[in-house]
Parts: sequence; structure tokens; C-alpha cells
Amino acid sequence: MAEKLLKKGNEAIALAAIRYGADGYFGYPITPQSEVMETLMEEMPWETTGMVVLQAESETSSINMLYGGACCGKKVMTSSSSPGISLMCEGISYMAGAELPCLLVNVIRGGPGLGTIQPAQGDYFQAVKGGGHGDYKIIVLAPASVQEMYDFVGLGFELAFKYRIPAMILSDGAIGQMMEKVELRDPVRRLTDEEIAQKYGHWATVGKQAGRKGNIISSLSLAASEMEAINLRLQEKYRTIEKNEIRFEKLLCEDAEYMLVAFGSSSRICESTVEIARQKGIRLGLLRPVTLFPFPSPAIQEMLPQLKGIMSVELNSGQMVEDVRLAVNGAVPVEFYGRMGGSIFSPEEVFSAFAQKFNL
Amino acid sequence: MDSNDIIKPENLVYSKSKVLTDTVMHYCPGCSHGVVHKLLAEVIGDMDIQDKTIGISPVGCAVFAYKYIDIDWQQAAHGRAPALATATKRLYPDKYVFAYQGDGDLASIGTAEIIHACNRGENIVVIFINNAIYGMTGGQMAPTTLLGMKTATTPYGRKSELNGYPLKITELIAQLEGTCYVTRQSVQNPGSVRKAKKAIRKAFENSAQKKGTSFVEIVASCNSNWKMPPVKANKWMEENMFPFYPLGDIKDR
Repeated sequence: MAEKLLKKGNEAIALAAIRYGADGYFGYPITPQSEVMETLMEEMPWETTGMVVLQAESETSSINMLYGGACCGKKVMTSSSSPGISLMCEGISYMAGAELPCLLVNVIRGGPGLGTIQPAQGDYFQAVKGGGHGDYKIIVLAPASVQEMYDFVGLGFELAFKYRIPAMILSDGAIGQMMEKVELRDPVRRLTDEEIAQKYGHWATVGKQAGRKGNIISSLSLAASEMEAINLRLQEKYRTIEKNEIRFEKLLCEDAEYMLVAFGSSSRICESTVEIARQKGIRLGLLRPVTLFPFPSPAIQEMLPQLKGIMSVELNSGQMVEDVRLAVNGAVPVEFYGRMGGSIFSPEEVFSAFAQKFNL
Repeated sequence: MDSNDIIKPENLVYSKSKVLTDTVMHYCPGCSHGVVHKLLAEVIGDMDIQDKTIGISPVGCAVFAYKYIDIDWQQAAHGRAPALATATKRLYPDKYVFAYQGDGDLASIGTAEIIHACNRGENIVVIFINNAIYGMTGGQMAPTTLLGMKTATTPYGRKSELNGYPLKITELIAQLEGTCYVTRQSVQNPGSVRKAKKAIRKAFENSAQKKGTSFVEIVASCNSNWKMPPVKANKWMEENMFPFYPLGDIKDR
């Protein structure tokens, strides 16, 4: 039987990194995610799997260490919280431009600025619309439990390498800090240098192998025609991802007349809101986007014929609601309810807002 | 007997390194980058480590170093080459990893990365081209620009009260426990080229022996942005740069 432990979300990320065969973790301390690196340092995976763990001098440096490690065809990751991710956005843009796979974890805290260490979802735009410069996308996964924090490390690496794109786990201080049961999956062993050279040697900087040109990893292309071609290729990749990789969960949507859309910790709270509504005889369902990019627009659109209204529930000023409205395109009313700056709503509070907005 | 009688394989005493590509360099005539690239290629060839060497190119004139030296390359964001080199070397401890950076890249925007990579004693080689000016962007003041020196952003000359002092980052790097070899060289004449090549070779050998970070500064000329013909630029460098940035080993252990 698989081993089950009681762990914090942040600790689950660290344990998963080792067990999913990560080659390197590079990070910088910031609340509320410091347990990720602390757990890795305690576990000393360099003694067991050979995984490299390094505390960098800044988030700027961590993301550029990731860039170097990703260039090598290695499974590399970092974790941080909002202000740290802002610092990393330059590097994320470079990695998107150079088409490098990596795993990023953002355990969001309230902003803007130094903000607060309390949980929030204010970095939705930054993650989904691209916080750095240029036209790029990254895959964004939104875990709603400690188990998903663990599992999405594996899924994130898988998707990142499948499409050669950065993938991000967009979590928040609540899921990072809360303790839940987590089931450890069977360990995946790290690839050897020879296996990496064989698998990724056609693009990665593994040392110039005989019979091929030197591999050059760069996001630079001064000629407009070349840069446009690169952009078109990237956009094509994003469309493929939108076609293949949408993930979501539905709760009590079969007969729903109204639907909440919420991700991550908000969706956990909304599960209880749905219960409250059902007890009152209101047919309310919940759609939880698991992938924020690609956004599950088709799943929302499928629901439209039966719906009278949708409410997006977020721990921010209303960010994902814009994507919900784009998907709905005016077919039914789309309302929003949110709290900001580290404040969290209760299920009852969400229900009251929902009932008020739809005059129920 | 004419020259065609002499040009025979058995008479060959020198040839272009096989590690250099045939791509025509974009550097200005008189620029030091080309010479340093050649030396790097020769060292990699002499040590027979072409398949084990990974280079990190900077932002600046040397951004295109990857076009000229035939190895695997990573092109870094401005100033971040030591971070890329750190991860690459830690993930591939048996490969040779070098970062190639200019003065704006290394001593201004990338100060944190170079200090901490050197302080951790990463087993990498750093090649630092110091021509006291931003080349690629058109001759602006660099951290290493000498006092009084005219640049695009110090049109009346660098003044300490307005722009601070030129940064002797190499002396600073030498203070760090993680560095094993810190040297300042130049490439303006055959003698200095030979010395610089020896220094680069030593730096690569150190990294194989895991002795810590080896840091090779090359005091270089940028005749285009200094607005001088190449010969005059070299003379100006000898007369003005060398007194402030004296050549030789600063640390060797």
C-alpha cells in the first residue's frame, strides 16, 4: 500500500520533487513557501537520487539557474511567492522564448508590493497572461489540495517536457501552509546523463556530440522575419496545448441552473457554498479549472444552455472572471465575488453574495 | 622559389583552430573580442574538450560568441551568465563550463550573480572583457569607465561626484574565498596574447581539478566607441587603462 503522510502543501512539493526524479531545485527564501527548500535541505536528496539543491542569492538568480539547468535537458524547478515571482518574470520570458521546460511554483501571498504573507489569488493575470515581456504563455496548474500539490509536480514536469515550455503550479498561502493527508506515488528515477543526451541531445547543451552542430539555446533573433516566425511557432504550440491539455473538475453540474467558477483554495470554499445552496433547494454547481492556461472555456460553454447565471469566485479583485466572460461571450450573466489582500471569504459569505447578485 | 613552394602541409606551423567556425565575426576591426575567442577555441582544441565544454554568452557585443566557437552554448539574460553556469556545472560536474562577460554585464547589472558564483567557489571559468565602455548599445559609461573618460552618457568625462568611481571588480573578486585563480591579462600584442592564452588554459585546468572559480579579466580596447583608430586605441589602453587596471596574477592558489 502506498505510503500516506500528513504534510503541508509546501512540504508535499519538496517530497514530490525528489520522488518525481527532479535533477535540480534552485530557490530563495520567501514566506509563505520557505518550507519547500527547507524540506529539500532536510531530505538531502543529493545523497540519494543525486538531485542538486541550491539556495541562490536572489530570485533573479534562481530563475537564471533554472534557465541554465533547463538548457542542459535537466528537470529543474524553483518555488517562490508573489514578489519573488515578479523578479523571475524576466527569466520566465527568456525561457518561454528559448522554449525551455521547467517547473515553477508560486505560493501566492497578498499584494501589491510587499503586501502580506496571507493567501491570495492576485497573481492570476501574471501567471496566465504572462508576467514578463513579449507574447508568451506558460502552462498553469491550480492545485486545490495538498495531494494535488504533490501530484502536479509530476504533471507539471511531464507537460513542460512534452511541449518544451515552462509550467507553473499556481498555489497560495492557504494550500502551501495547510496540512492534509498526502499519498506518495511510486518514485520515478532520474534520467542518467547518457539518457538525457540521447533523449534531448538534439537541442540541449549536453556537450557538442560528434556529427552534429553545436546546440545554441537563445531567445535572440534580430531579424524581424525570423522573430515573427518564432512567434508564430510559439502561438501554434499554445493552440495545440489549448486543444490537448485542458483539465477541470465539475461538482453537481448535471442539473445546475447556476454555476460557480473557482480555482485553488477558492474552489475548496465554494464546495461548501454549493452544499448550502443545495440544502436551500437552489440548483448550484461548481466548475473548477485545474489548468488556468489552457483555460477550460469549452467546458464552461458546454454548460451554457442549462445555466441562468455564473459567478466567478476569486481571492482577488476579479481576474479569472475576464476569461469566464470571454468564454461566455454574453450568453448568460456573469457575476464576480472576491476578497483581497489576504482576507478569505467563508462559504456563507459566498452564498450571500451569490443569492444577492441573482436575486434568489 | 616562390611562396607556393613553401605552402605545404609539412611546413605548417600554425593554423586556425578547428573549434573556431568559419563564420565572419561581427566585431569591429581592432576589437579584442575576436582574439579572445580565438584563444578560447585554441585552448578548447588543445585540451580536446570540445564535446565537454558548455559556454554561456552574455548580453553585449559578445552575445553572438556562439556563432564563432563551435561548442554547445547558452545565451544568458543581461548579467546572469554566472547563474546559468552555476546550474550547468552543478548538474554536469564533469563538463567544462565558462561564462563570457563584458564589463557592463559582469560589473554592473550582474554584480550579484558574479560575486555569489565566485563566493560559492563554483568550478567554472569566467572570462571578463573589460574595455571600460558599453559596446553593443553604443558607447555608454560602464562601471569600469575611467575618471575623465568621455562616453555617450558622460559627454564631459566621467566625474566621481556625478558618476562614482571606476570599479576594480577583479580585485574585489580576488578577496572571495571561493576563487582559486584571479588574473588580469590583455591581448594587444603577441607577447600579451601568449600570456592570456596561458591564463585561460590554467583557468580551464583549475575547473577540472575542482579548485574553485577561475576568473580571467582581459583589459581590452573598444576603438569604435573610444573613437580612435585601432593602433591608437591600444596605445591609449596601455597608457591609461593599465595604470588603473595593472596586469598580472592577483591570486593563484
